[in-house]
Amino acid sequence: MKLAIPSIHYLAILPVLIFFGAALALVLASALARGKVPLVVATSTVVAAAAASIVANYFQWRCVAKAGASVTIAHAIVLDDFSVVASGVIALSVIMTALVAHDWAIRERVSGVEFHILALASSAGAILMTQANDLIVIFLGLEILSIGLYVLVAFDRHRATSSEAALKYFLLGGFASAIFIYGAALVYGATGSTNLSTISYFLGSNVLLHPGLLYAGGALLLVGFAFKIAAVPFHLWSPDVYEGAPTPVTGLMASIVKVGAFAALIRVLISALGTQLDTWRPILWTLIVLTTVVGASLAVVQRNVKRMLAYSSINHAGFILLGVWAGTIRGTAATLFYVITYAPIVVASFAIVTLIGGVGDEHHSIERYQGLARRQPWLGAALAILLLSQLGAPLTTGFYAKFAVLASVVDAGGGALALIALISAAIAAFFYLRWAMALYSDDGLEGTRVEVPRLTGAVIAFGVLVTLVFGVWPGPLVTLAQHATVLFTP
Amino acid sequence: MHSSLWLASLLVVPLVGAIGAALTRKVEGRAYLVAIAASALELVLSLVVACLYNDHVAKAQTFDFATRHVLAAPFGLAYDVAIDGISLLMIVLTALTVLLALLGARDRRQEPAFVAWMLLLTCFTMGSFLSHDLLEFFIFFELTLIPCYFIISQWGGRERSKAALKFFIYTFTGSAFLLIGILYLGFAHQHQIPGSALTFSYSAISSTAMSHGTAVWLFVAFAIAFAVKAPIWPLHTWSPITYAEAPTAGSIEMSALLAKLGTYGLLRFAVGLFPLALATMRPVVLTLAVIGILYGSMLACTTPDLKRFVAYSSLAQMGFITLGVMSGSTIATVGAVLLMFNHGVITIGFFLIIGFIEKRRGSILIKDFKGLQGPAPIMAALFTVVMLASIGLPGLSGFVSEYLILIGTFATHAWWAVVATFGVVAAALYLLWAYQRVFHGRAEGANAEIADATPREQWVLVPVVVLIVVLGVFPKPVLDRITPSVQQLIHHVAPAGVNK
Repeated sequence: MKLAIPSIHYLAILPVLIFFGAALALVLASALARGKVPLVVATSTVVAAAAASIVANYFQWRCVAKAGASVTIAHAIVLDDFSVVASGVIALSVIMTALVAHDWAIRERVSGVEFHILALASSAGAILMTQANDLIVIFLGLEILSIGLYVLVAFDRHRATSSEAALKYFLLGGFASAIFIYGAALVYGATGSTNLSTISYFLGSNVLLHPGLLYAGGALLLVGFAFKIAAVPFHLWSPDVYEGAPTPVTGLMASIVKVGAFAALIRVLISALGTQLDTWRPILWTLIVLTTVVGASLAVVQRNVKRMLAYSSINHAGFILLGVWAGTIRGTAATLFYVITYAPIVVASFAIVTLIGGVGDEHHSIERYQGLARRQPWLGAALAILLLSQLGAPLTTGFYAKFAVLASVVDAGGGALALIALISAAIAAFFYLRWAMALYSDDGLEGTRVEVPRLTGAVIAFGVLVTLVFGVWPGPLVTLAQHATVLFTP
Repeated sequence: MHSSLWLASLLVVPLVGAIGAALTRKVEGRAYLVAIAASALELVLSLVVACLYNDHVAKAQTFDFATRHVLAAPFGLAYDVAIDGISLLMIVLTALTVLLALLGARDRRQEPAFVAWMLLLTCFTMGSFLSHDLLEFFIFFELTLIPCYFIISQWGGRERSKAALKFFIYTFTGSAFLLIGILYLGFAHQHQIPGSALTFSYSAISSTAMSHGTAVWLFVAFAIAFAVKAPIWPLHTWSPITYAEAPTAGSIEMSALLAKLGTYGLLRFAVGLFPLALATMRPVVLTLAVIGILYGSMLACTTPDLKRFVAYSSLAQMGFITLGVMSGSTIATVGAVLLMFNHGVITIGFFLIIGFIEKRRGSILIKDFKGLQGPAPIMAALFTVVMLASIGLPGLSGFVSEYLILIGTFATHAWWAVVATFGVVAAALYLLWAYQRVFHGRAEGANAEIADATPREQWVLVPVVVLIVVLGVFPKPVLDRITPSVQQLIHHVAPAGVNK
């Protein structure tokens, strides 16, 4: 018997290869180099790899424009505009995080390249998830993404909370992965394939007399995803992990995990199980209501800004799910638009939290922010703008992100759902504003100034610029998201 | 058709002024001058627009200065401005309010930031009144929250944090209903015309066909947002604390101007877009309006401080406006639009004088004052004029508008008008009683020492008094501009039968 090697379209997997290659290069460099690899080298490797990946995305985009969407490696990997844009966002988040982490590592005297290797590997996993056309590949991507992050969360060896968070994340994450793969097995049993296109074709051309197996499998897959995106009631890990992890890592988690998991979720629910829309919609409906309302309500009582941002990101996850619930092209485009705009904002927000956290990364109570904008007007204003953007105030991208998903939901007939989500945003407004108010309070005038290192400053400025520029003029990003989903949804 | 650049300049001038004020923050007092210059220019521009306005440019429409540019097609986002006689009056009020608020209620704490927020607020409010597109209106409507929030939370009184949060969250929740309603309407319109792009243009949306049930739901969604903003009873509970805790200029902006966004939205969007819902919803809203009139008057009698006093009297006045807006009568609606303007001017007068008193005495509690008439006769005289206008004394502006509202409403909904008339009596009661407690009697202690209005303070109040008198005696030029637009709106809403 001859083993047939499937044809490989290398351009399709080039971003993943670049990230893995860079990770490997750093591993080798640290093994071979005499002494330690300098931090600058490690950071520039990460930035260069992510930039190269974005260049590769550009060529992929051109290729898709010319030849249309394609699948490769035995239909397991897909190359379409959706994956191109999503992986571009991931690469951008990695660049931003790497720059913030550079200054953080100098401050915390963290040496060695492990941080960078793990970040690169995790990002490769996230990119793989955006391209996966097979449940097994999604699982693979999920595991690569998660395992790197488990270690990254524990990276701060001086704080017990960091290790505690990692253990929590690892145990629950492992559990969720098991549930996910079990779901994949059940879906395979029901449809005879793990390939998303095949599942979709099978369900489109057959009627299941006993759909129980498929439903159980689909539900388990959903639980796996719900854990990764921290949807209520699978969110319990997230505040602890967000709080315990080193702050730059939290920023990375909040951005790339969301992009990767949502891209894969859309492929599973809309491409593969699109025919079962009426079945999964009510489940998602409940999930969204719980996620938005509980996320926003619990954020209100937090005093620690990292926990607050954790609950805020739960609330955001609920909003992003709205676009998935719609199940339409508009909804998919809206989801993509949301993650494109959310990733830079959240990384920049955590960049500021990293700065204020101070040496030891320990000062995250909201009192620490009293009067920040009085002492440092630019830094304070930047944080205020980022908060307003997360709140969904007009003239920031946050408004259009919420607008896009709500529009898709209303279009799909979910007016009540949209209203509930929007009212949760009003609850969320409470803690964003309380934080913004602390920035401008008169009490903290004697507090210490924090030094803003150049790279971190650039990242913050970039996040603020993105949210303001595209908040005034969202046209290009909307068109990009719209374009990226045209070739995708059945 | 006049060039829409006039309207664009109305948006750009305060924006440039705000940036200019922020840039000149190093030089003491410079930002204030920039802001005064910008708002004076804004007022001149708005008056020019008012003079140029012509209601005959489009055949069936009274909109002038119109233009439309699509900004992001998938979102249906567009820059679409046009004004008619109703928005025209609001534009002038917007420009007037900011100028008088800046002149009369100067706040020297962190002045550059303060005036920059005030000018931004002007820009956003102007944008709401100019918008001829539902989404654009919503964006500006939401944007007004941000400057307001910062003005209250940074320059307000002791309970400012609480007041600012309450104000923001209340309004934000209200507008959630509005946004969902707007989205629903946009998609309903898109689905009716196969192959059309998503649009929220007012002229396109107003032709959307819908069932009675849908119309009622949408009306309710819109009305909630506007009732919070106005405020209309029972969604008014944010307003007393907010008006009381805000700095004087902020109270002026919010009660004289932003409250009008609520009634303006109610008239333009809730009434204008959902004629089918009116038969069902009219009795409900009219009843709420009448309750608001009586409830506001009652609480105005018992409230302990002057700013809350104006807040409750505003609640009553907003009840009158709502009554006119919802009456379905052309006369009453014209009166309501006029009262929006008049109430704005009167409230500016009230808050300015209260601000002057607060500056002198550091208190706004009615029980702290007695016999201010003696040491401050000019201030008492100015207060009297404003108060009499608010009571509705014939010959002053308040009378014309309240009279129009009451006779118009009497023709269509007699019983509501009858009950509302008691509100006029109650207004006389609470206003005169408050005047008595503050200004009459023998001044003792600190009250006897109080200084009379300075020439500067007198000059700021001159436009208020002039407008009160002129619009009371000769409202024709204003009525001429409002009436065609109102007629058209009422005609669109009620083609036959009830048009009185």
